[in-house]
Amino acid sequence: MLQEIVISGFGGQGVLSMGKILAYSGMMEEKEVSWFPAYGPEQRGGTANVTVIISDEPISSPVVNQFDVAIVLNQPSLEKFEDRVKPGGALIYDGYGIHKKVERKDINVYRINAMDESIKMDNTRVFNMIILGGLLKISPMVELVNVMKGLQASLPERHHKLLPMNEAAILRGMELVEQEQQAE
Amino acid sequence: MSEEIALMKGNEAIAHAAIRYGVDGYFGYPITPQSEIIETLMEEAPWKTTGMVVLQAESEVSAINMVYAGAACGKYAMTSSSSPGISLKQEGISYMAGAELPALIVNVQRGGPGLGTIQPSQADYFQTVKGGGHGDYKLITLAPNSVQEMADFVGLAFDLAFKYRNPSMILTDGVIGQMMEKVKLPAWRQRRTEQEIREQCPWATLGKTADRKPNIITSLELDSAAMEKNNERFQAKYREVEATEVRYEEVKCDDADYLLVAFGSAARICMKTIDLARKEGIKVGLLRPITLWPFPTKVLHSYGGKVKGMLTVELNAGQMVEDVRLAVNGQIPVSHYGRLGGIVPTPDGVLAALKEKMSI
Repeated sequence: MLQEIVISGFGGQGVLSMGKILAYSGMMEEKEVSWFPAYGPEQRGGTANVTVIISDEPISSPVVNQFDVAIVLNQPSLEKFEDRVKPGGALIYDGYGIHKKVERKDINVYRINAMDESIKMDNTRVFNMIILGGLLKISPMVELVNVMKGLQASLPERHHKLLPMNEAAILRGMELVEQEQQAE
Repeated sequence: MSEEIALMKGNEAIAHAAIRYGVDGYFGYPITPQSEIIETLMEEAPWKTTGMVVLQAESEVSAINMVYAGAACGKYAMTSSSSPGISLKQEGISYMAGAELPALIVNVQRGGPGLGTIQPSQADYFQTVKGGGHGDYKLITLAPNSVQEMADFVGLAFDLAFKYRNPSMILTDGVIGQMMEKVKLPAWRQRRTEQEIREQCPWATLGKTADRKPNIITSLELDSAAMEKNNERFQAKYREVEATEVRYEEVKCDDADYLLVAFGSAARICMKTIDLARKEGIKVGLLRPITLWPFPTKVLHSYGGKVKGMLTVELNAGQMVEDVRLAVNGQIPVSHYGRLGGIVPTPDGVLAALKEKMSI
């Protein structure tokens, strides 16, 4: 098993922390993991992004050119990463942030209205957990129970009371994600 | 507890490893992409536990001179910075080499020249292994390629520094500093007592006792004949380091027709290139220098008689390639591929360059 994933959006959308939770989750399954952020000025707007790799084997390069899954949470991220999804791979986008259509036909495309849902849930901070739920639904690379362990490990103890809320958001994301295009 | 596996950034691993190794003092000044080192040390507050001093100096220059003073007392003293800050420290590093002081300097490189960018780079290779500061001196240089090696090399760098009474550098970059991976942190060690330091470092300026002459730590020697003797002693020491401390890793070199030569983050990228190339039937191996000085000259020379060509992959315009060419000495073609200014090469970019430059 080797999953090369990029998560990209505006700074403040929880892109880096979602990647961190995913990496922790993989670690809980005793997989090899790497997490490499674009730590530059992108963090402060534009496309904050992080590459997460989860693998059964030791990870060679933490930097890759093509991804199994690209999660794009705003328009600049779609423009940057659409071409870098492997043929037959998956692109997940948030319906709120993306206005232009995906042009490629050789990839699977999924939409998840996470921003709308988080507003409905009256808690925009769980936005990234809804997205994570969508990812786990279409590509169950780690077990939910290990995601919860990963969350626990990555959150400071004073925030552990928020774990049930995050789990609910992940479960909601699993229900919400919709396939929009099958790879040709 | 020594079996615990953590997930952390390379920079954080350096900080934790320093505390566990029993380092006496860290002196630094923040700069991206290495600020997590001082941030983690401040958060861990080791002055409350091991007694380690952590101090944010008013500048990089004062930090390196604090390291000089700590080292003169036989203490484990370290500093860290990124490229522009490391340039500021060069005078202090030369003085420490001249005064034969052991210490650790960490450079988490970013793209230059000048203030440049904050993205990863390996463009300080020349500065590190060819001098940087003035005078005929060498800096023991370790190049980690993983978060695990970031942790492991802190102790190794101090061991080598004290074995040879010479400053050591961990030369890394924004990729390894900023990425998170699994790491097994080294075991805890007690900080040395003053008595232990007196025994292990009889040269240390810890206060003169009645039974010996005063210890003097200085790089100044106005008598040229004496200064030449000092230099000869340094050079003899450097030859000994070159004979005994070369470290490197060979990956799939046995049946290779072509060798990639790369260190640190570039070596990680090349590991993936090897797989891509072998899927296409091109037999590629990787030789990864772990010590950049002393450089693995002999092994590279011997591969010069075995493979068809070598490609160095560096996050710079072609620096280590000069040392590889010297080692290979014209036996086979040696080319360079690099990206500049903070751009990180990709595994398929390296493969394309290999095919083009070696006419495969």
